[in-house]
Amino acid sequence: MNIHEYQAKELFDKFGVPSPEGIVAHTAAEAKAAAEKLAGTGDLVVKAQVHAGGRGKGTFKNGFKGGVHLVKTADEAAEIAGKMIGQTLVTHQTGEDGKLVNQVMIARGVDIAKEYYLAILMDRATERPVIVASTEGGVNIEDVAENTPEKILNLGVHPLAGLQPFQIRKLCAALGFAGDQAKAFAKLLKALFKLFLDCDCSMVEINPLVVTPDGDVLALDAKFDFDANALYRHPDIEALRDPSEEDPREVEASKYDLNYIGLDGNIACLVNGAGLAMATMDIIKFSGGEPANFLDVGGGATKEQVTNAFKIILGDPKVKGILVNIFGGIMDCDIIAHGIVEACKEVDLKLPLVVRLEGNNVAAGKKTLAESGVNLIAADDLSDAAKKAVAAIA
Amino acid sequence: MSILVDPDTKVLIQGITGGFGGRHAQLSLDYGTQVVAGVTPGKGGQKFSDTVPVFDTVDQAVQETGATVSAIFVPPPFAGDAILEAVDAGVDLVVCITEGIPVADMMRVRAAMQGAPTRLIGPNCPGVVTPGTGPDSHGGCRIGIAPGYIHKKGSVGVVSRSGTLTYEAVWQTTQLGLGQSTCVGIGGDPINGTSHLDILKLFNEDPETESIIMIGEIGGSAEEEAAAWAKDHCKKPMAAFIAGATAPPGRRMGHAGAIISGGKGTAEAKKEALAEAGIAVAESPSDMGATLAKLLGK
Repeated sequence: MNIHEYQAKELFDKFGVPSPEGIVAHTAAEAKAAAEKLAGTGDLVVKAQVHAGGRGKGTFKNGFKGGVHLVKTADEAAEIAGKMIGQTLVTHQTGEDGKLVNQVMIARGVDIAKEYYLAILMDRATERPVIVASTEGGVNIEDVAENTPEKILNLGVHPLAGLQPFQIRKLCAALGFAGDQAKAFAKLLKALFKLFLDCDCSMVEINPLVVTPDGDVLALDAKFDFDANALYRHPDIEALRDPSEEDPREVEASKYDLNYIGLDGNIACLVNGAGLAMATMDIIKFSGGEPANFLDVGGGATKEQVTNAFKIILGDPKVKGILVNIFGGIMDCDIIAHGIVEACKEVDLKLPLVVRLEGNNVAAGKKTLAESGVNLIAADDLSDAAKKAVAAIA
Repeated sequence: MSILVDPDTKVLIQGITGGFGGRHAQLSLDYGTQVVAGVTPGKGGQKFSDTVPVFDTVDQAVQETGATVSAIFVPPPFAGDAILEAVDAGVDLVVCITEGIPVADMMRVRAAMQGAPTRLIGPNCPGVVTPGTGPDSHGGCRIGIAPGYIHKKGSVGVVSRSGTLTYEAVWQTTQLGLGQSTCVGIGGDPINGTSHLDILKLFNEDPETESIIMIGEIGGSAEEEAAAWAKDHCKKPMAAFIAGATAPPGRRMGHAGAIISGGKGTAEAKKEALAEAGIAVAESPSDMGATLAKLLGK
């Protein structure tokens, strides 16, 4: 799960990670009030709030250029905010559909002496949080890793011992921080590490981390990712979720405990189990088709789940056919068969439907399908199912 | 022989009085597995299915029954504690079926297990099955949630991250008449107890295992590490499949571990690494069994 920049700033404030002052605004009037509140010395920045990078170089569909603007006055802030809010911003990360901007952040402009990169992520290989830091900030860190790997420092933190003072000293030495700056960096890093653990982050990335001409160390922009498995113990973070940033079909699917991810093809699939769901997408492609989605109905799918899964699949206008692949290990195939039949009747399915059933009580399941009167194509195995699905939409 | 468990293995089940744990405990009993104890705090003294004693602690269950393996079916918030309780009681093997344990919990559990003799399989896994010789492979040791009847006693070792995709491979090898020595689902989480490589090493030393099917998926680098080892050390013919060739980068495909990030962990790179190690890679998931059979000249 991702969050907005202004929400990240709220988390930073809560944990004591220094970042430039900023206020979120949902209307031009709010933007003006926020700018007046922040007014003092120097410029302000108006930043469109969307879950995508490349905002500064993006273009709004109304022709307005740039999702990040420097402004001098509150009136100017209101004017710029008015051109962003309610408009759709297209950046290299949003795809051509772009993202609707519902709010902007008005932030105090910061003079930058030098930019750095700082991230903490949960590393699966070493099974511990790893701090990643570089003197090359403000640029794509993957390019730095590719071209100048010696400029990236990776530092694992023992899960039980926690962040040690020597590790902070090591980072300061590598980044060239000394004196008050080293103290400021140490304070920021300790706060950030606590935030990372306390909030069950899977990643927090500050790019850039900046040092100002006055010597302050500030997090200028942040990207968060949270461990979805841990959200149950963080209702405050769960509340930061912005459904308008997500595929509406995925939001709908999550209501029924279905795991759905929309893709670009035209053969929809409905499968039990994540591995088999991925493999079903693969075999559709292998057989010459294009999968429209990943959909795992889980190990114990109910009739309601199957019906809702069909509705979500059919909500995608690109879908021309459906492949149901169930390996009913523990699940009784006959129960699934009844679910499919009722779902087809309820949604009045007109598209070709290929069903592959295997596993527990499969004979009864196949009989139920055959006698249902539902127009479907039965398949013997995985390969047969994929071939029939591809042929059915040709 | 087989690996990890055999028909004589005594199994206890943590969370046996829950709906999910109870259902699968019963299916294991029906399969002929030696389920000797259950553990649910506060329910000690009860009997599961009229025969299996329930204890308050894993320690008591082990002392009283001699169980050497624990299967965990407790909900995610309590699963880390349950794993460490089993480790503390000194069982040889913990199989954690629970899906949805926070990564940070598993990180601490794994660190706390350092130096303990107990092996952990999972979490978020279908479990371990060593098929028996009875009808529909009954009389074997079934730990977890896999359907028993799709197995057949035989010579193929199966290791996989995924549940239903494992069943697919098992079913294919059963239909081809090859059967399985032991099937191990290591789980789909980013941090788990036992890797593909750990299981490969066990299969390599197991006289009953004559060939191996390894099923992987996008994300991480466990399959590449297993392949690098297999290239020089694996004595047995190996076939493999990697799921997720069509998965878009940056999206978690169901399993918490199944995600391509920063251009790493793609199906293509994994398949290349496997092929380079001399492992026969099935392009289609429907050909896992056939790819192995071809390799064996059958």
